[in-house]
Amino acid sequence: MLNVEVNDRTIAAKPGETILEVSRRAGFQIPTLCHLEGLSPTGACRICVVEVENAAGLLPACSYPVQDGMKIKTHSAKAVEARRTIVQLLLSNHPDDCLYCSRSGNCDLQQLARDLNVDRRLYRGARSSYPLDVSGAALVRDPGKCILCGKCVRVCEEIQTVAAIDFLHRGSKAVIGTAFDRGLNTSSCVNCGQCVIACPTGALSERSNVQDVLSALADPTKTVVVQHAPAVSVTLAEEFGAKPGRDLDGEMVAALRLMGFARVFDTSFAADLTIMEEASELAHRVATGGTLPMLTSCSPGWIKFVETFYPEFIPNLSTCKSPQQMMGAVIKSFWAERNGLDPRNIVSVSIMPCTAKKFERSRAEMAHDFVPDVDYVLTTREAAQLIRTAGIDILGLQPESADTPFGERSGAGKIFGASGGVMEAAVRTANFLLTGSELSELDIQPLRGLHGAKELRARIGDLEVSAAVVSGLGNARALLDAVKAGQKQLHFIEVMTCPGGCINGGGQPFHTDPMALKARMRALYSIDRSESLRTSHANLSVKRLYDEFLGRPLGERSHHLLHTHYQQRDVLI
Amino acid sequence: MTMSEEVRLEPILAEFPDAARDALIPILQRVQEAEGYLSEVAIARIGRHLNLPASKVFGVATFYNQFRFLPKGKYHVMICRGTACHVKGSVKLLDVLTRTLKVRPGQTSRDGLFSLEVVACMGACGLAPAMSVNGEVYAKMTPKRIEKVVAECRAKEQA
Ligand code: SF4
Ligand code: SF4
Ligand code: SF4
Ligand code: FES
Repeated sequence: MLNVEVNDRTIAAKPGETILEVSRRAGFQIPTLCHLEGLSPTGACRICVVEVENAAGLLPACSYPVQDGMKIKTHSAKAVEARRTIVQLLLSNHPDDCLYCSRSGNCDLQQLARDLNVDRRLYRGARSSYPLDVSGAALVRDPGKCILCGKCVRVCEEIQTVAAIDFLHRGSKAVIGTAFDRGLNTSSCVNCGQCVIACPTGALSERSNVQDVLSALADPTKTVVVQHAPAVSVTLAEEFGAKPGRDLDGEMVAALRLMGFARVFDTSFAADLTIMEEASELAHRVATGGTLPMLTSCSPGWIKFVETFYPEFIPNLSTCKSPQQMMGAVIKSFWAERNGLDPRNIVSVSIMPCTAKKFERSRAEMAHDFVPDVDYVLTTREAAQLIRTAGIDILGLQPESADTPFGERSGAGKIFGASGGVMEAAVRTANFLLTGSELSELDIQPLRGLHGAKELRARIGDLEVSAAVVSGLGNARALLDAVKAGQKQLHFIEVMTCPGGCINGGGQPFHTDPMALKARMRALYSIDRSESLRTSHANLSVKRLYDEFLGRPLGERSHHLLHTHYQQRDVLI
Repeated sequence: MTMSEEVRLEPILAEFPDAARDALIPILQRVQEAEGYLSEVAIARIGRHLNLPASKVFGVATFYNQFRFLPKGKYHVMICRGTACHVKGSVKLLDVLTRTLKVRPGQTSRDGLFSLEVVACMGACGLAPAMSVNGEVYAKMTPKRIEKVVAECRAKEQA
């Protein structure tokens, strides 16, 4: 143990800990821009410099290890002045666009400028002349607002192993771009939005559909319906200043109704439907010697990842559409028919924790007769924006429940929002389908938690099932490579594109609180625990949908509406 | 029959077996030498050889001025931006070239006729400001003379 002094307070530290870590523990916040939790520091921005007694110059807190007896001043006049100069330099070529910027009020650069009393432009540099990249179905890139911190590049390469973007050119021409500097839409980008979450500025954002949804709501010829994904209700509150982990399910339903959505459906219902199809598909593959391991297909970033980097695994992907798209398909078929509506006059909106869902909805396979099953996808952040535009005080609303026939859901459908949740839901139902009885313990602990790779060996009926759960595409890549090398014999693999699952999706509220993810995850599992309906196969609304319309899992109608196919992608990788 | 670029690249890559990332620049240089530029096919293939993503290979290549990503034009124009030429007003000449050729440095005109390259020094400081077309050096250039040289090339094509 070492003893370190931070702003005159003595604190014990482990060797190897950085100044940043120790100072945080002592209760002092040092600003960072290029630092990424869990990845090795690059020391690119130097905004984190602190003064250390007897050191030659200021030291970067994010990368500098503490030493015994070190005396650190995190906010000495010299350190603060150095930070101020850095921000002033960063702003020298920045477009002063805060009024029109989606990150305003939530931007690390803006916050730093304010905290450091930057009140005028001190240096004037040439603005970048790189144009906006609006080619992507999900994301917009604005190189003019980029401060070249490199976080997006590292997240994309090191966490997701996609490496769609990198530093191009050098000096004053340096910019983040794709291979051959083309639009994101032609790159290997899988639209996960993890770079957006990492970006400290408005240089990366989702392609917003808030105005489109407002226009649809104002159009009397349209019936506008909405679905919300399992992981949205447990994060939305953060956008309104509440603590992470508060569930706003009922309040959100009430708010959406107030705004004029004709129906509010719960995507967790479609998650239950997905489980019925997917568990049946798995049982079918096992029984008929089909391609194994079967890979889950609810995370659209992961789908594009397989199509791009591992096309040889396309036959392993479950043919089940994602819950969003299953819901979209039954809204514009069954529900439209029941209500005598022309699918063309229905505007189907979904609220998702995810940016890749915007891409998913635009896939050609996700439409019937050129009518898309889902018209607009809003991220959790955009949904909050919509609620603000409507002037609704969501935290003060009386909770309401979602609409029939797609409003009932099980706890199993709800935990889809956390990595491991799909697998847990599937095991609960597979066990019932194969043995006819319920698991004595529905909580499956080995599948829970935030670690990126989990495994489960379970006996279901006569079957010894081996399953794996991974989140973050780097972990998925490692697992696929192991399967390819014959090192892993598995039946079923759940993959979520984003580390930790949808609770950490690219469309979720920006969070600075490292405990936020845990709180979001806990919220999902406690909802499940408090639910009397905890298995997908016991969802009576799902049963009714099969009885009245779909027939049976994997039946002809299901095949037509709830299943899909994939294609190899020919992009530069 | 012309060999596909993929096939042409193989012997070059074979010169660098088990290469690691530090071989990237030499490989890029060899490929450009052989092909005249770095194509998409080449960038992707080199990336696979070194186990590097295409964005990284492209990013590194753009860091250095020596690499180009489009085939050279029929007339490859180089303009010197060395100190001597700079003193004698090569900024203006570059501007004139960009406008008359309608290409920016590193690019090739759509009709494939002209490509423009900026070089740090052509080693012809006595002739400053200097430019060259397909290796032939033109000394003491002025905007007028540039226009004349370009017009001559165009005339040759029309004939
Ligand atoms: S990125 Fe931040 S500082 Fe720049 S315009 Fe947007 S809000 Fe303002
Ligand atoms: S969205 Fe994901 S895949 Fe695309 S650039 Fe960002 S991190 Fe990479
Ligand atoms: S786009 Fe954002 S994350 Fe990427 S380098 Fe620029 S500022 Fe940093
Ligand atoms: S946060 Fe420490 S150098 Fe950028």
